[in-house]
Amino acid sequence: MSIPVGHYQYDRVDRDFLQARIAEFEGQVNRRLDGTLSEDEFKPLRLMNGLYLQLHAYMLRVAIPYGILDSRQLRKLGEIARRYDRDYGHFTTRQNIQFNWIRLEDTPDILRELAEVDMHAIQTSGNCIRNVTADEYAGAAADELVDPRVHAEVLRQWSTLHPEFTFLPRKFKIAISGSPNDRVAARFHDIGILARPGEDGAPVFRIFVGGGLGRTPVIGEELFDSVREEHLLATLEAILRVYNAHGRRDNIYKARIKILVQAIGVEAYREAVEAELGQMELDRYRLTPEAVAAIRARFAVPLLEAPDDADAVLTQQRRDDPLFDRWVRSNTHVHRDPGHIIATISLKPAGGIPGDATSAQIGRLADLADAYSFGEIRITHLQNVVLGHVRKDRLRDLWLGLSEVGLAEANIGLIGDIVACPGLDYCALANARSIPIAQKLGARFADTALQAEIGALRINISGCINACGHHHAGHIGLLGVDKRGEEFFQLTVGGQAENGAAIGTILGAALPEDETVDAIARLVDCYLGRRENGETFLDTLTRLGHEPFREAAYETV
Amino acid sequence: MKLFELGERTAQVHEVLVTVGELAERDDARAVLLESADDPALLRPYLNRLDLVVLRFPIFRDGRGFTQARELREYLRFSGEIRAEGHILPDQAAFLRRCGVDSVVLPKNGNGDPALWEKQLRQFPVAYQRSVLLERSVGPGLRVEEAS
Repeated sequence: MSIPVGHYQYDRVDRDFLQARIAEFEGQVNRRLDGTLSEDEFKPLRLMNGLYLQLHAYMLRVAIPYGILDSRQLRKLGEIARRYDRDYGHFTTRQNIQFNWIRLEDTPDILRELAEVDMHAIQTSGNCIRNVTADEYAGAAADELVDPRVHAEVLRQWSTLHPEFTFLPRKFKIAISGSPNDRVAARFHDIGILARPGEDGAPVFRIFVGGGLGRTPVIGEELFDSVREEHLLATLEAILRVYNAHGRRDNIYKARIKILVQAIGVEAYREAVEAELGQMELDRYRLTPEAVAAIRARFAVPLLEAPDDADAVLTQQRRDDPLFDRWVRSNTHVHRDPGHIIATISLKPAGGIPGDATSAQIGRLADLADAYSFGEIRITHLQNVVLGHVRKDRLRDLWLGLSEVGLAEANIGLIGDIVACPGLDYCALANARSIPIAQKLGARFADTALQAEIGALRINISGCINACGHHHAGHIGLLGVDKRGEEFFQLTVGGQAENGAAIGTILGAALPEDETVDAIARLVDCYLGRRENGETFLDTLTRLGHEPFREAAYETV
Repeated sequence: MKLFELGERTAQVHEVLVTVGELAERDDARAVLLESADDPALLRPYLNRLDLVVLRFPIFRDGRGFTQARELREYLRFSGEIRAEGHILPDQAAFLRRCGVDSVVLPKNGNGDPALWEKQLRQFPVAYQRSVLLERSVGPGLRVEEAS
């Protein structure tokens, strides 16, 4: 196979490493079975290899580094869904895929199958540096300053089985973007990195620290404005070293780096990091231009050739077909090449389960990626799929192909593009089911013309305060709570994940499921009735304040 | 107490093992026990006379010992023996070694089988980041293997 577009190409050394990791995990499973490893000892070890014990079965979370995979890998995921799961997979907000119905004894075989296509489940869970996420439009978007994928791969490698940082106080999530338009929620990560070009051509990195959602939502604070490329790894080591030594270990809910940053303040944290850097042998950690270039060389560059009239063809097709035009309007983004366009494929069909895809859909996506986007697929942190480099004059053919498998929903960034955690249908931690209410909301706003009329509006649903559905960051957020054995939902409004990151505020008392759906419909009506020209939901909310929305939501008919 | 050597250095047996607090009053102490909450920088005045620093792991999930070992090697230039004891797993053998730990006190249960520790040390042919050991690159990029 030729070098894949979009992600790092493994060689024999990388593949031997994966085989060694599988052999290690198999040994751990056997030691658990023969009793030499206790369940308490085995649990963190299996989690570090992506294996959870859920409510009804084991769940395996497979890493998709920086959210990018090739068609060969995607086909393999489809096969695994078919053979080892119930014929579907679930794409997550960390750009990974989860299989929810796995048998423990099948796991080594699944890992071997994944390794055949250079995939694994390393560090998709556990108190270690998790799989790194990146801008879903990396290397394609017109608004990008630096392609973050090469450095995302540097971070993937550096963090893999890191000897010092594999038993941290708590999980540790890093996101990286190279666009001024933050599409990775950089300020809601333990470390968020924004790359931009430096004066000498090499990138410099703005680093945020201590952001996060969960029980204690915190917006990350800027630690450094301009870290040079050669010091990127040294700086990250220093940040992690301070956290590993001083992060709380007495209380799981106080153990994330955000709590430490809040406790001592970002200035003190910066001083501590600088003190580490002052003692470190910086040469040992230097990220050399040669190392970066060598990793960059393992990425293929797509040959972007389009006919001169590609744009004109697309314009005409949009004029001729209003349905197609609506999809283009919501589901595409401007590419850096004028003959190409970025297409986002919604995994949020009206009434469906957000982020789920059947093996047939997964296989079809792989075929379409081969036909239209250099065999490259990206998973977004909003649980959708991106084909990054589609020729404009072929976009309609892609759309027709998507329609055949029910993947042409025109709702990206709209009210139907709901983010939801797996909730009580799968998860042992949840208080409420996230999926049924997502399905009801999807069905309520199924009409894509209505969705387009409502405009940009993001709903996020979490089944418990651990906030895996990122409800704090939703324009409208829903948090599942348990009220004397009944599932209720608390409403928040005004959250925002990207530029201008904000944590939503609670609107009022929690409501039962059906009443919550009605309350959201009234919130939307309130916005539609009171918006001024061109205002989004968030704009109107900011202008009017929460009161009219609170009144609308809790109005009893 | 059974010792297991993670690298070339021969593990030493010491009669007297004191805490960080006791070091100042015990001129004869050549070995010190560091709890996971202790700051290794406290050892700075005593490094010249110390032959052994023992890092105690209260539970294998508490990874502070890894940072303590690196600080001892990298910041304090401690060249004596570093040992890990307490609740540690053979699965951590290479991590400990790569952070500068020379030996471990083998646990008294199934995790104390020296064959498991030996196997784990040889589990991975390469690593993706530099450690305190002497290493050389494996091809271009970040990968390294131990230099022999």
